[in-house]
Amino acid sequence: MNSSQLLGISTLGFLLASVLYIGALIFRARIAGVIASGVTLLTFIILTGGIGLRWYESYQLGFGHAPLSNMYESLVFFSWSIVIFYLILELKFKNRILGAFAVPFAFIGMAYASFAKGINQEIVPLIPALQSNWLIAHVITCFIGYAAFAVASGLGVMYLIKSSSQGNRTGLIASLPKLRIIDDIIHKTIIFGFLWLSAGIITGAIWANSAWGTYWSWDPKETWSLITWFVYAATLHARFTRGWTGKRIAWLAILGFISVIFTYFGVNFLLAGLHSYGSS
Amino acid sequence: MKKKKNPFIAFFSSVKLTLFVLFMLAFFSIIGTVIPQNKPAEFYIETYGNSMANIFQALDIPDMYSSWWFSALMILLSINMVVCIMERFPNAWRLITMDNLQTKLSRLEKMGQRRVFSSLSPPGETAVKLGDILKKKGWPTTEQRLDDSVLLFAQKGRWSRLGVYIFHLSILIVFVGAMVGSFWGYKAGVRIPETTSIDTVYRFGDNKAIKLDFKVLCKHFKLTYYENGAPREFRSELAIIKDGKEVAAKSIVVNDPLTYGGLTFYQSSYEPYGKMLVRISNNNTGNSKEFLIRPGEEIPWPQEGISFGIINKKSTAAPGHFDYKIWFKDKKSDPATFWMEEDSTKSFERPEAKYTITMKEFFATGLQVTKDPGVWLVYAGCISMILSLIVAFFMSHRRIWIHVRKAEKGSHILISGLSNKNRVGFADSFASLAEKIKKEF
Ligand code: HEM
Repeated sequence: MNSSQLLGISTLGFLLASVLYIGALIFRARIAGVIASGVTLLTFIILTGGIGLRWYESYQLGFGHAPLSNMYESLVFFSWSIVIFYLILELKFKNRILGAFAVPFAFIGMAYASFAKGINQEIVPLIPALQSNWLIAHVITCFIGYAAFAVASGLGVMYLIKSSSQGNRTGLIASLPKLRIIDDIIHKTIIFGFLWLSAGIITGAIWANSAWGTYWSWDPKETWSLITWFVYAATLHARFTRGWTGKRIAWLAILGFISVIFTYFGVNFLLAGLHSYGSS
Repeated sequence: MKKKKNPFIAFFSSVKLTLFVLFMLAFFSIIGTVIPQNKPAEFYIETYGNSMANIFQALDIPDMYSSWWFSALMILLSINMVVCIMERFPNAWRLITMDNLQTKLSRLEKMGQRRVFSSLSPPGETAVKLGDILKKKGWPTTEQRLDDSVLLFAQKGRWSRLGVYIFHLSILIVFVGAMVGSFWGYKAGVRIPETTSIDTVYRFGDNKAIKLDFKVLCKHFKLTYYENGAPREFRSELAIIKDGKEVAAKSIVVNDPLTYGGLTFYQSSYEPYGKMLVRISNNNTGNSKEFLIRPGEEIPWPQEGISFGIINKKSTAAPGHFDYKIWFKDKKSDPATFWMEEDSTKSFERPEAKYTITMKEFFATGLQVTKDPGVWLVYAGCISMILSLIVAFFMSHRRIWIHVRKAEKGSHILISGLSNKNRVGFADSFASLAEKIKKEF
């Protein structure tokens, strides 16, 4: 067994879980939902094992480092974070329907990591600039935040679907949670994500300062993470002080996640900067 | 009654302005990520054409994050924040410090969380019992005895109301730290050949020479590689020399700089010279001398009557690391040749004397030098930001009042509660408290 096999199995596991969650939603099949949760949990355990094994393998190769150092590894960790975040949400709100709007993100992350062109899956040694514990703290904090924002945007979509067909009391729509509840979970999720994104930007700044002597250099990646931060800060203000709820917050949750995606991929592929290591 | 606000304050304290400025900052920041920053003027002309390049220059786009209008947006945000804090803080402070026992009884009857019970005992006795129950549940009470009734009050987390103010203040502290850094700090670079020292660094941008009041010595530089040929580590052994004495020393690598006298020295680059640094000592005379030689060169040391050179090299198991073949001649005997490892020391006996030779590839280390007196403010602001954000998001000010008044038989109990946030969670703990009280009465 090696780590890439475990990661491959995890990709399939999340695909299966996504199909089951969506099936459970469409056909209102409770049992499918229960199985989906089981598959998700099991896949999560396998993925955790896969990440751990990859870490171990890097030591066997003689230059051990935490598996958080390039695009591939960060995508895998992103999926991992989405799933653990979702599982906690499922436990807390006792609602499986959310899975149909969260677990597919984990599958997309894994599938993209595995199949997209130009993503190197090899375990490679770290260049000097990346040898820092602040980098590990930076990646972990950022991606926990991104995972929360991914789920928030999924819930935003859920909210918009539900609210655009309010009269409809049958089938798919009726099985979604009440609007008020979705709205509340979106809000809490954004708060959680905002806290982690703030920590992510700060640890990133500390890392930059210890490596290059500049905690902020307005490089495109930094700037985009700040833009994302502004979008969510604006969202929180709109809610706290102007009482925005519902559709407007749902749209902002989606807009915020688009900004996250751009920070993550767009900057690597479309713009140049210090973080360009991420594109290999 | 709302007082009419000063229009200046009304404008600057509005959260509408905040939303506007945040979206503007987000929007304009994007421009700076799409149009490359701080390139030479020709770059913009080539890429965007003459007229566009002129417009860009007029609007400071090539260096937009330090342009007057970007700074203006930041200042607007800061003023917005300061005015907003000043506007709202007094009310928050009043809520934190006020005497809640003065709360009007009519308000208690309208609060979000309310329960009513009755007790057979008179109000005084009932209040004592209720006070005990609350205390056990972690809500120590204060009380006020009125004519024929008692008001109990307990609260938790009142200071959490400060969280959101401290958070906004922290952002300002970070701004101030950044400004301190940009006014009183600088970034510079310097190159130090091994075994030499410098006392002047060159500021980035204008290349101005800045003289330090100490010297920085590079004792040793080492570059190592991974098997795949990628660089593994750049390491410089640095020392700070002040008045001829070594006052600090550190071995620095890319993520671990040396800080001395308000300056921080970062490993940023290196320069090979294609030369070897060789130190030869004659152990008998105690003389010792350093030479820079190119492979193939013959170098004499007339005082000692020797000459030597490097005549061959071969790779070793360590990537990027070589063994060198030394040719060595003194007055009396035939020349000797032997292999020695790069960056190592070797002693050998000759009929004339015993010699020790140290040899390594010669480099200059490239350092970035940063002076930033504001960085501690920035870090302090960041830490306080995270802590206060946790307080602002996850803690709430919860208050419970119990009014016990005389009824026909015994007393009538009204429990009311308020929370400034997380109303659902508070409703739960309020319900469990009410349940407990119900059991006791
Ligand atoms: C970079 C800029 C800013 C960021 C990141 C930011 C962030 C936040 C966050 C996260 C909250 C929610 C805290 C909570 O109540 O749980 C908040 C609340 C608030 N912010 Fe800001 N803020 C910024 C600028 C401003 C400015 C300029 C103002 C001035 C108008 C302002 C006024 C407020 C107010 C009034 C609240 C609500 C406080 C309450 O809940 O009672 N913020 N801000």
